[in-house]
Amino acid sequence: MGGWAIAVHGGAGVDPNLPAERQEEAKQLLTRCLNLGIVALRSNVSAIDVVELVIRELETDPLFNSGRGSALTEKGTVEMEASIMDGTKRRCGAVSGITTVKNPISLARLVMDKSPHSYLAFSGAEDFARKQGVEIVDNDYFVTDDNVGMLKLAKEANSILFDYRIPPMGCAGAAATDSPIQMNGLPISIYAPETVGCVVVDGEGRCAAGTSTGGLMNKMMGRIGDSPLIGAGTYASELCGVSCTGEGEAIIRATLARDVSAVMEYKGLNLQEAVDYVIKHRLDEGFAGLIAVSNKGEVVCGFNSNGMFRGCATEDGFMEVAIWE
Amino acid sequence: MVGWAIALHGGAGDIPIDLPDERRIPRETALRHCLDLGVSALKSGKPPLDVAELVVRELENHPDFNAGKGSVLTTQGTVEMEASIMEGKTKRCGAVSGLTTVVNPISLARLVVEKTPHIYLAFDAAEAFARAHGVETVDSSHFITPENIARLKQAKEFNRVQLDYTAPTPPKELENCGDSQIGTVGCVAVDSAGNLASATSTGGYVNKMVGRIGDTPVIGAGTYANHLCAVSATGKGEEIIRGTVARDVAALMEYKGLSLTEAAAYVVDQSVPRGSCGLVAVSANGEVTMPFNTTGMFRACATEDGYSEIAIWPNN
Repeated sequence: MGGWAIAVHGGAGVDPNLPAERQEEAKQLLTRCLNLGIVALRSNVSAIDVVELVIRELETDPLFNSGRGSALTEKGTVEMEASIMDGTKRRCGAVSGITTVKNPISLARLVMDKSPHSYLAFSGAEDFARKQGVEIVDNDYFVTDDNVGMLKLAKEANSILFDYRIPPMGCAGAAATDSPIQMNGLPISIYAPETVGCVVVDGEGRCAAGTSTGGLMNKMMGRIGDSPLIGAGTYASELCGVSCTGEGEAIIRATLARDVSAVMEYKGLNLQEAVDYVIKHRLDEGFAGLIAVSNKGEVVCGFNSNGMFRGCATEDGFMEVAIWE
Repeated sequence: MVGWAIALHGGAGDIPIDLPDERRIPRETALRHCLDLGVSALKSGKPPLDVAELVVRELENHPDFNAGKGSVLTTQGTVEMEASIMEGKTKRCGAVSGLTTVVNPISLARLVVEKTPHIYLAFDAAEAFARAHGVETVDSSHFITPENIARLKQAKEFNRVQLDYTAPTPPKELENCGDSQIGTVGCVAVDSAGNLASATSTGGYVNKMVGRIGDTPVIGAGTYANHLCAVSATGKGEEIIRGTVARDVAALMEYKGLSLTEAAAYVVDQSVPRGSCGLVAVSANGEVTMPFNTTGMFRACATEDGYSEIAIWPNN
């Protein structure tokens, strides 16, 4: 017990038919990111800095749904959001509607450190980014061929499944019959839930958390999900750091990230008990997952979806990268 | 003792005790009027979600509160409004930010709940959504009042982000407008069946950065409702977000077994710094509480057993 710990995720809700190469690619990326974090932690980099640098790596790699490789809006563009929280003083920063900032998590960090506010969005956030001199690119940079293809499928699926509340029984359409699993109204093969996140407790027991995403495939412009909302997608306190992923609306209603810490603070549960509790009791009908660390050096992952891309490691040498249960 | 209950606020902050009559009376009158509206609606059996929405609409329309018409201005002299609404039983919720022409932001938040599978829409897209649904929009100038132009000027002169209610020591010529006794508005309601709802709406901070989002549209921060209680918070948005204020009142009831009053008092005392926050809350049992750690909070409440209160400063 004690010592540093780190966890990363690349999204909850995984297509059971995901090709093996893709599973392998994902595990390699998660491993690489974990190792980046571990090297930093061994050099006494603080939790908040480790969270940022690991998420930057996940944003830069086009594999998951953040930064480059983000899911596309209904117009085929990318609109990203992110949040970061430093458990020590519960400082936080968040951004939404980001279209040209290469690393949204770093912009969220700057909102926390360099602005009088906690949350900036759309053109105001973009202006702030320019004033801060962060790296700016064209929106095209974030768009990958894979996602252009996915968007097309999502649009076709939506023309059949126009009301996400209607169960998928008796639904025609190639994509819909691949698997009966649905998340956020889309067949899992198209859903692309792969929001990324990282939680860290450093050698001093300081916890931090961060989450970054392009949001839902084929989303309405201007739709904000759970990832930039403190208490929903991201939360950190003196006791723990939490990052969530999955059905955004379910995570918001559940104030999922905040609740992990709240049950530890108010019910005295330990990290494992807290994560089990919120996954079991707070998610109603929604599918989601989360990663969490405690100030005691523990790390826990929990999810009620069929799989979550994840990796975790602790100072005593434990390391695991996994996708399924 | 289970009956209906309602509470509403017009903002917490550094409201000076010597607030002149001409600033105080219109707001007290408005609070009374909104309370009466809410009480009639509850008595006539309207669901709490509808009641919370209609009361907040009324507060948004009133130019002396920082929501809808009368919203404070961004650093560019524009209006960017935000709101959220939540129904306790189902936890359905909706939020909007960055509105510039929608007359009643709270109703747009309600529409997000009713007409989309999403929870939160913002800026240009939220405005486009409003138009697509025929929601009432006007030219942005409608929302801008001379008092707020003056407040912005004053804030820029002090070159700081100003909590709505910060009582400044302004140059004489700004004294009239330097009061800033306006704030976020909100309403919470419960019916005798224990159905709960919360609604909150605001223009944000005077001189805020364009694109700044506060606690008001963040579910769990400015607004929250579940099967136990409904909460609407007001004050320094950044602190309310960090403190997950609205959610924490409910969490303390659920996880620590505190009563509504104890939970709300705890949050206002412990989860946020002094001078930063107030809230109104009702419980499924028809209880009401309105704690604040600022100089004052414009507030009003009523319960079915006949209790009612309209106040600004602490009662004792």
